[in-house]
Amino acid sequence: MRHEWPLFEVFVRAKRGLNHVHVGSLRAADHEMALHHARDLYTRRNEGVSIWVVRSDQVATTDPGEKESFFEPSGDKVYRHPTHYTIPESVPHI
Amino acid sequence: MSFDDAYQALTDHDDDARWAYGTGFTDPLAGVPSEVPPEVDAADLASYCLMLGDDALILSHRLQEWVTRAPELEDELALANIALDLLGQARLLLTRAGQVLECSEDDLAFRRDTTDFRNVCLAERADGDFAALIARLFVLVSWRLAAFDRLTGSRDAMLAAIAAKGVKELTYHRDYAAQWVVRLGDGTALSHDRMATAISAVMPATAELFETHPVEERLAATGVAVDPASLRHEFNAVLSEVLTAARLWPVPFAAGTATYPPGRHRGSGGRDGLHTAGLTGVLVEMQSVARAVPGGVW
Repeated sequence: MRHEWPLFEVFVRAKRGLNHVHVGSLRAADHEMALHHARDLYTRRNEGVSIWVVRSDQVATTDPGEKESFFEPSGDKVYRHPTHYTIPESVPHI
Repeated sequence: MSFDDAYQALTDHDDDARWAYGTGFTDPLAGVPSEVPPEVDAADLASYCLMLGDDALILSHRLQEWVTRAPELEDELALANIALDLLGQARLLLTRAGQVLECSEDDLAFRRDTTDFRNVCLAERADGDFAALIARLFVLVSWRLAAFDRLTGSRDAMLAAIAAKGVKELTYHRDYAAQWVVRLGDGTALSHDRMATAISAVMPATAELFETHPVEERLAATGVAVDPASLRHEFNAVLSEVLTAARLWPVPFAAGTATYPPGRHRGSGGRDGLHTAGLTGVLVEMQSVARAVPGGVW
């Protein structure tokens, strides 16, 4: 029987000041190998300065069936958005 | 910026917008003078660049043979990345040789015969299994990293710049190979045996790496090249550290106590153009298109 390595999710930060962004997943025997593989799979074109890997079975997710109660209540609460401020052109990544 | 799209977040907006992400590349040789220093023998410099360039070119080709054959998709890409790095080093070194010999990198890669190649025989060896590949990769890149580390101070500015670029790549290659040596050596009984067999098989072939060729001797005297005999200490230190962690130390063969190919004697190896049949096979495949379509451009 062929043994399969566990799945990892990969997060890459493109440059200082930005968030880590989920870029995909891969298989690896452990965290160290996952970082090596992530470097080879997802930063080949000069994308990253930092990588996080996390085992996919360690990620908790929301239930699609609870979408309405989870997300829709925020839809009509415009006062939660800071739209009354003018944001200077020079401020990036808001 | 919104983070709805991973690729958008990865985009470097300060740079060329044509590319989805990953811009800001640099030319490692920008502004480096290409004149051969007056006290340096140009023919020797070309020969030396061929030695280091051919090592990388032929090892790269052997690594490329693993694409579609590696045990895991992720490792296949890792090996392809290493092959591409080595191909890049080969291109720079063959271009440097070509500046002296007045020919192109393509002339040197695709229009030379077996006896014109100057790589060590270990670079052309085919790998029976993944452990054999890892063992060969580990010793070759460990040697190369030690050499390039010294070459960053070469009197030839172009060679120094090529080495400085290569050191970062080779550090990763050695790390990748060492990780697998330890993982297999310190793994199951089966993986340990396969790795031990692979290391024992590769050791006799390392002798050639440390034999000083007359070209290397002359260029080392003028501060252009590194005398490979002086790399032995560092190489052995790396080897013993990694192989100890892999429960493979000491190796039944001490580094370079026997010869490869069998019967080879000092001064009659790859650096002098004497190769195994393995190189002929590599060249037949590598040069087939260039020879079938002379002058073809894509």
